[in-house]
Amino acid sequence: MAKEECITQLNTAGDTSTLRHRRTVPTSSETLQTLSEDRRSQTAELDDTQSSNGTSAHFSPGGHFSQDPQSSRVVLMLVAGLCFATRLYKITEPPHVCWDETHFGKMGSYYINRTFFFDVHPPLAKMLIGLAGYMTGYDGTFPFGKPGDKYEHHNYWGMRGLCAVLGSFLPIFAYVIVQDLSRSYTAALITATLLIFDTGCITISQYILLDPILLFFIMAAVLSMVKFNLQRFRPFTSYWWLWLVLTGVNLAGALGVKFVGLFVILLVGLNTVWDLWRILGDLSLSLVEISKHFLARVVGLILVPLFLYVTIFAVHFVVLNKSGPGDGFFSSAFQSRLIGNNLHNASMPEYLAYGSTITVKNLRIAGGYLHSHWHLYPEGVGARQQQVTAYLHKDYNNVWLVHKQDNNASQSVTADLVRHGDIIRLEHKETTRNLHGHLHEAPLTKKHFQVTGYGINGTGDTNDLWQVEVCGGQKGDVVKVLRSKIRFLHRATGCVLYSSGKTLPKWGWEQVEVTCSPYLKETPSSQWNIEDHINPKLPNISLSVLKPHFLEILLESHIVMIRGNSGLKPKDNEMNSKPWHWPINYQGLRFSGVNDTEYRVYLLGNPVVWWMNLASLGLYPIMVAVASITLQRGFSLGQKRIEHSLVLMREGGLLLLGWLLHYAPFYTMGRVLYFHHYFPAMLFSSMLTGITFDVLLKSTDLLLRPPYSDWLQRLGQMVLLFSVLYSFYLFHPLSYGMTGPLAHEPGSAMAGQKWMDSWEF
Amino acid sequence: MLQLPLVVTTQVDLVLVLVSLLAFWTRLSRLSSPNAVVFDEVYYGQFVSLYMKRVFFIDDSGPPLGHMIMALGAYLGEFDGNFVWNRIGAEYPSSVSVWSLRLLPAVCGALCVPLVYLLTLELKFCHLSALGASALLLLENSLIVQSRFMLLESLLIFFVLVALLSYLKFHNHPNSWFRYCWLLLSGASCAAAVGVKYMGVFSYLLLVGVASLHTWNLIGDRTLSVCVQCVCRAVCLLVVPVLLYVFWFYLHLTLLHRSGPHDQLMSSAFQASLEGGLSRITQGQPLDVSYGSQVTLRSSASQPIPCWLHSHKANYPIRYENGRGSSHQQQVTCYPFKDVNNWWIIKDAGRQELVVSSPPRPVRHGDVIQLVHGMTSRFLNSHDVAAPMSPHSQEVSGYIDFNVSMAAQNLWRVDISNREAESESWKTIMSEVRLVHVNTSAVLKLSGVSLPDWGFRQLEVVAEKLFKAHSSSLGWTVEEHRYGTSQEQKEREAELHSPTHIDVDRKMSFWAKFLELQWKMLTVKQEDSEHKYSSSPLEWITMETNIAYWLHSSTNAQIHLIGNPVSWGVAHLSLLAYQLLAAVYLLRRRRGLKDLPDGVWAQFVCLGCVCVGGWLVNFVPFLLMEKTLFLYHYLPALCYLHLLSPALLEHTHTHLLRYTHTHSPAHRSTHRHALGVCLSASQLQALKWRDSWDILYRRR
Repeated sequence: MAKEECITQLNTAGDTSTLRHRRTVPTSSETLQTLSEDRRSQTAELDDTQSSNGTSAHFSPGGHFSQDPQSSRVVLMLVAGLCFATRLYKITEPPHVCWDETHFGKMGSYYINRTFFFDVHPPLAKMLIGLAGYMTGYDGTFPFGKPGDKYEHHNYWGMRGLCAVLGSFLPIFAYVIVQDLSRSYTAALITATLLIFDTGCITISQYILLDPILLFFIMAAVLSMVKFNLQRFRPFTSYWWLWLVLTGVNLAGALGVKFVGLFVILLVGLNTVWDLWRILGDLSLSLVEISKHFLARVVGLILVPLFLYVTIFAVHFVVLNKSGPGDGFFSSAFQSRLIGNNLHNASMPEYLAYGSTITVKNLRIAGGYLHSHWHLYPEGVGARQQQVTAYLHKDYNNVWLVHKQDNNASQSVTADLVRHGDIIRLEHKETTRNLHGHLHEAPLTKKHFQVTGYGINGTGDTNDLWQVEVCGGQKGDVVKVLRSKIRFLHRATGCVLYSSGKTLPKWGWEQVEVTCSPYLKETPSSQWNIEDHINPKLPNISLSVLKPHFLEILLESHIVMIRGNSGLKPKDNEMNSKPWHWPINYQGLRFSGVNDTEYRVYLLGNPVVWWMNLASLGLYPIMVAVASITLQRGFSLGQKRIEHSLVLMREGGLLLLGWLLHYAPFYTMGRVLYFHHYFPAMLFSSMLTGITFDVLLKSTDLLLRPPYSDWLQRLGQMVLLFSVLYSFYLFHPLSYGMTGPLAHEPGSAMAGQKWMDSWEF
Repeated sequence: MLQLPLVVTTQVDLVLVLVSLLAFWTRLSRLSSPNAVVFDEVYYGQFVSLYMKRVFFIDDSGPPLGHMIMALGAYLGEFDGNFVWNRIGAEYPSSVSVWSLRLLPAVCGALCVPLVYLLTLELKFCHLSALGASALLLLENSLIVQSRFMLLESLLIFFVLVALLSYLKFHNHPNSWFRYCWLLLSGASCAAAVGVKYMGVFSYLLLVGVASLHTWNLIGDRTLSVCVQCVCRAVCLLVVPVLLYVFWFYLHLTLLHRSGPHDQLMSSAFQASLEGGLSRITQGQPLDVSYGSQVTLRSSASQPIPCWLHSHKANYPIRYENGRGSSHQQQVTCYPFKDVNNWWIIKDAGRQELVVSSPPRPVRHGDVIQLVHGMTSRFLNSHDVAAPMSPHSQEVSGYIDFNVSMAAQNLWRVDISNREAESESWKTIMSEVRLVHVNTSAVLKLSGVSLPDWGFRQLEVVAEKLFKAHSSSLGWTVEEHRYGTSQEQKEREAELHSPTHIDVDRKMSFWAKFLELQWKMLTVKQEDSEHKYSSSPLEWITMETNIAYWLHSSTNAQIHLIGNPVSWGVAHLSLLAYQLLAAVYLLRRRRGLKDLPDGVWAQFVCLGCVCVGGWLVNFVPFLLMEKTLFLYHYLPALCYLHLLSPALLEHTHTHLLRYTHTHSPAHRSTHRHALGVCLSASQLQALKWRDSWDILYRRR
């Protein structure tokens, strides 16, 4: 019956293919699992006092490594000591800005200076960096200009130290996770060894980067999830709640650092769905209890993280209250919040008039200013006239003059106001061309018409005439600066000025396309507002722009971030890393130094570790296939073997899912990718390696008889350990820096170790 | 002993026959009107012409089977390939048999209707549901339009349906030996579906998924021995499709043996294997490149355009637009046309003469050479000056001594990247070499950027220091080659033939050609630009956009691809209903409440796997794609939904409700678009049910 149920689940659950191997377990073994769980929970209850750090009281089934809590604590201390030692060693070297420290260090300084900036990642990590810097006496004055700049007297060790400390927790977490999943010390030790002695993990933890912080939260979330799973037979106890809420907190942290945190949220989400599905199938529970379970998870895994995530942003906006380099990305209303921005307590003529000098901003989020410049559309793209684009930065090319349709300058002393329905001409101040539309295809949005700059000194033709329309206004309404939403209808063709949001190719300087849309529906893309307004004939009036609501700011900043992320397209000459490069450790990243006189650091995984991970990724499916076919076919296996198979299929499956979720999505991403994007996936893959190799080595008795098989197993473990140690000895200069000749020259510290041509140290 | 009377009893499903007849009528009547090129016929037609002329082409949009089937129609209609497919709406001359060109896709489109009927029966639903499904398909204008012209979708849908039907036949009759024929047919149609369009892969994967689930259950059944069964399934569904897929390419390459417009995209060796074109030039060329050889060097990169190493009597400007300086030496570029300035002479650095000694001394891997430009006698040179467009790389120039203490650095080491032995000699066409600059160890590279006006918009050539292991833009191939005889500047007088003749044609095996062609098809990218009628996947569900296929040159007669709004709505509602129903069933079953008996549940699940699964695999991938998409990409997914709706209705009726429910197809009003009927502007306006449909009006 059990098997049948599994089959029907398989048939119906089309979308859970990744969970498939987890579902094929017959219930007979599930009872077995519950038995061992019960025994485990009993032992846990016995020494509940000792389990305060959550790691010591674990039942290890049968392995030769069976240890009492005391020695397991010693092992854990040893792991932790090694982690901190490897990560904190030479933390202040090199004493100059390395790689992306130039961005993230700078952003930490912005927090200390409270200057508003724009970044494509959420703010948590940079806030932490800023905080760490502030606590250790960094005053935010170092400019972080470009990689290679010397820090000199500035206190930078605090910021690096924070990252290194958080990075040091990764192997510890991995150790605990694997131990809890597989209940095998050897598997946990293999994982910890791999991660402690991986040069890549060391290097990425040692600098002011987002990744160590991100990895910390990802691993902490997975750890809490695993701990929470272990509590499943004691629901609604305090530990149960603790781990549930901790999972939620760490998820918020992961998402608050980078959007990559979404993948771990997905992992936890799938795990929770599976857990709820299990609970739903438990007919001994009433529906009320099930809904209690459900609501608890909603609170712990959705509401708590959401609240924390929003809080992070609230702090971000409260701290950054001065105008800075990121202003132009945001709407006029948003900018008016920032001290020092010209819209903060702005004073300008209230109504738009002829002869005014204005900037026009599109109302779609991250819409940009109407812009033109001395460059023509290239051949083959509509008419060869001057480009008109939307541009996110403040620039004198965003400035336009408002004219009546016939004459250039109004003679009267008082300024005439522009009213709803008036026909105007917009002249670009810098190039004196008029905003012009005609019946040519727009460069990217082929359904729309092209908009160009045309004419000389404001003299053009009838295609330069635009009708101003205030949204929701009537004929004769005046146009309020900043507050009116206006549209520009093209007189000759009847289309409406529109910003499509698509990025133009290189000829358009990667600015945003502006078109004339024949579809007249009112959307933010076709609505504009007047932002700057100068008219000497009119009195300046202090304008209080409507302060936006916090949720509006939040939404706006997210859309701007997402736009920014998708706008990071690979450039031609830049090094572009492909996802398939990563697992094979094909190419690293140069953190610092190029020449042989400089202090060089190169981010590259320890090849032995990474290739072991690669091998285990190949080995794992084979082992699972063999195990699951034997189970499905119902061959009788020993108790130990069945347990190994189950660990491999369920817990290994969870880790494989984690690896896939953190790796596969990169194949579909159009943005520019770097080697360090693989590190979250690499952690999962290392944990999988721990479990896979452990089970493999414990299956040596398939080959040899007992005494010899134990020897073989020991031998295998020793070979693993020493190969990792030796390769770390070989490759440690990559992380801790090297000087002297480059690797392809004799006499270098790395001579003969350039195993792949693509490594560039 | 013959037993008499000899009796044949047959059962004919008259409904099935009737439905098929109707299908043929809607798909085949007035097939040759409009007598003009409709929409993508302009694209596929050119390939049909090329098949007729046996001229090689490469189409990155899909594998060749669909093109070949259309070409078969053309062959039967005795089309000679002499028609210029240049614009939509161009009238066909009387010599072109339009009917036969469009026949095969239309027949396949018509056959889909009875196939859906049978498929519903095979999913174990009743004849009425089968009739409903086939009626939905029959009256779907978008499918009618798509079937009636030289387009690939109807072929794809046909093969997918055959594959599904035959697999279900196989699965539902467990005890006959004949079932393996069905399995084989299923595998073959999968191969055909993938061979028509890559989109077929999605349905193929679905089928393999379903089959592997069934096999997995089989493995769990301990009463059977399953080895033979598993092997049979693997062979029929994995091995046979792959072999057949390769076979389509074998046919394709066998049929197309003449050189043509797309030659340039392929490697020199591939080009030389085609009749005419490069092979005519290269025939009888000496094989080994020797000191003194005159060669043209073609870049191995086909992006952005194939080109040859080139130089001419013009120098780099002293200052570029952005203020950077150059060496002001002679330009070296890559030029996409045959030109006398593409000739270079291979010179031994230690000797003066530019002629081939006898016996010729071949250049081997690792040798250091100089390259002399044939027309201007400048040496190929590189130095530590930033290249004009890619400032990270070094400039490559023809060396001119300006007496500015800039010594010539014109030694290049030959690095044959596809060598088999260390001492291999440099062979015409076959060897791909890298030229490594001896002084700086930079590699000669095509950067792919166009130079501005001063460089006559030719492509930039640089030397790049970073030694990236694999990039085709680093490789160069000798294409034209002759042994130089004259020391003077009159190289172009005599072409000398050396005795080492090679027949390059024989050198390239089918597998090498197949792999190269397949790789090129997957990697050559057309420029993505938005089309007037392109749409995004989410718009398909609500049918936001249509596609105008054809407009009569003087009247308002026009053809649009647009779905039947009623069946479209029904399809999506039933999709939603199935998902809700399945969710309810699943949750209740999990709580131990079995609403359905096991047999009915299995039937329900099977329906979901095939129909909802089919819709998912044919729709979701498009959400991730970045190419230009059209409404017709949705048609395969839609067919699955049409299969779903009546079956779901029957399920609801027999298991949830007790009263009957009917629905009437509203097909009449929009079918006029499908058939290209002439209407007045006001009638057209009345048909514009949605603002976003672009129905065309001809201005009077």
